[in-house]
Amino acid sequence: MLTKLLSGDMPRSKVLAVVLIGILFCLAFAPFLFPGVRSVDTAARICVFIVLVASYDLLLGFGGIVSFAHTMFFGLGAYGVALASTHMGRGFDALIVGALAGAGLAALLALAIGLFSLRVRAIFFAMITLAVASAVAVLVSQLSGLTGGEDGLSFKIPRALGPAFKFADGEILGVKANGKLLKYYLVFGSCLVLFLLMLRIVHSPFGRVLLAIRENDFRAEAIGYRVVHYRVAATCLSAAIAALAGALYAIWLRYVGPDTTLSMEIMIDILLMVVIGGMGTMYGAVIGATLFVLAQNYLQGLMDVAGGAVSALPILPELLNADRWLLWLGVLFILSVYFFPTGIVGRLRQTKST
Amino acid sequence: MSDPILKLDGVYTNIAQYHILQGVNLEVPRGQVTMLLGRNGVGKTTTLRSIIGHWRAHNGAILFDGQDITKLPTPAIARLGIGFVPEDMGIFADLTVEENMILAAVSGPINQARLQWLFTVFPALETFWKKEAGTLSGGQKQMLSIARAMIEERLLYLIDEPTKGLAPAIITTMARAVKELKTQGASILLVEQNFAVAKALGDTANVMDDGRMIWSGQMSELATDAALQEQLMGLSVESE
Repeated sequence: MLTKLLSGDMPRSKVLAVVLIGILFCLAFAPFLFPGVRSVDTAARICVFIVLVASYDLLLGFGGIVSFAHTMFFGLGAYGVALASTHMGRGFDALIVGALAGAGLAALLALAIGLFSLRVRAIFFAMITLAVASAVAVLVSQLSGLTGGEDGLSFKIPRALGPAFKFADGEILGVKANGKLLKYYLVFGSCLVLFLLMLRIVHSPFGRVLLAIRENDFRAEAIGYRVVHYRVAATCLSAAIAALAGALYAIWLRYVGPDTTLSMEIMIDILLMVVIGGMGTMYGAVIGATLFVLAQNYLQGLMDVAGGAVSALPILPELLNADRWLLWLGVLFILSVYFFPTGIVGRLRQTKST
Repeated sequence: MSDPILKLDGVYTNIAQYHILQGVNLEVPRGQVTMLLGRNGVGKTTTLRSIIGHWRAHNGAILFDGQDITKLPTPAIARLGIGFVPEDMGIFADLTVEENMILAAVSGPINQARLQWLFTVFPALETFWKKEAGTLSGGQKQMLSIARAMIEERLLYLIDEPTKGLAPAIITTMARAVKELKTQGASILLVEQNFAVAKALGDTANVMDDGRMIWSGQMSELATDAALQEQLMGLSVESE
């Protein structure tokens, strides 16, 4: 049963299995384990980023394709939901229409970019995605009548997902049984399904061909596989899933804006999460996204505490000043890339097999 | 040799600014082992790659089974029934032996009878069936590479230096595999530097130099004429 659910890809390392189960457990019961607006928000963000990063891993780790347009696809889904909710009114139909339209558009755009550029070297694809993503970002900020420009769009989601909606009297385990809880589980459940779906995809014959192409595309061609078709299909799939992640993110935030979905910063975050977690593993996305989002949200606070603790010493408090949290985040990245060149998951699996 | 399975007619192939093939003429008769010989760097590998479409012949024609394949994309050429074993083996190291073989069977599920036959030719494959191909030894990788081409019945096999750097016992296995293919009626174009192997396997021989075919004839004729070998390939027969 479990093997089937995970598509036969067991963690193959005790430590990894424990960590993954721990993350799943924490995310599954986040509203009860860590009550509080900020921590639940962090948990939802982790869920969305796991899907987003895994969809990028599908492209980079399995297809060997470097894309800089992943946030654009993410944004398409988010704006899809926002626009549909704004124009169709609050309702689940608007959410579904918006998410599907966003995913469809993302897949179409990926198809167009892929057909244009994947025939030649992968580097051209990277360049073109960069150009298209920048163009779309500019377009979104300029078309302020439609997209709200730099301010973005705030929109209403169905009442059933709002804090005013009570689906049961009182509290469940000390947590208010309101729409916010439902919303979290909508995000969590959708992300879990999407992640398992991707796991299924990479272990399907399609995924195996992708791996073969990544390793030796000419060889795959000489066997008789149309490399371009497979690469384009992977790009479209990955784009559609990224858009769905974007839709979930928009539902969670009830807001979209260039900074939350389209910015280059997020693109770089995604790249880092994939590399830190471990490329071509899928589970790497879980670990990378969790670590990264936690660091983004809590490193600052942690340093504040640490800075206070050593306030009597010279220099150290300066270094640990909460304003310098980006410096330490940078150090963490360098160290993790240096010590885990194959990513955390790659490293964990390695120690097991030797 | 009235109806060869493969015919190259004045093929020119450039790689970047280098003119590698300069008018190659070659006929591969049906049901025979055709040797492609010559010193290093004369264009043997480029000839094979031009046939499969990795490098594009910019002049001349390549006819496979009577059909012009010069401009076809590589996957289409492969699906016409050409199996290609490249010099670098090109196995998929991250995939298991099994997955490598499944991928190679492009037209559907693996034919179990043929797989069992392959296991008798290359027993090592069965032993390492579930292992990642990257962990195999050089000889095992080479066997996998050839077995991968053999998993589906093809009309023509292009095999590039299958014995390079292998131990004598494995060379014997390779030679047997080629012979088995021939008994099944397949045609084989084989690039080989090991003259003893070439002599044992080849029916006809073609010798290249400087991007051209300088001699074509029966392998037996070449094998018995030391002076001719010396002249064509600069070979010292005894050392080979």
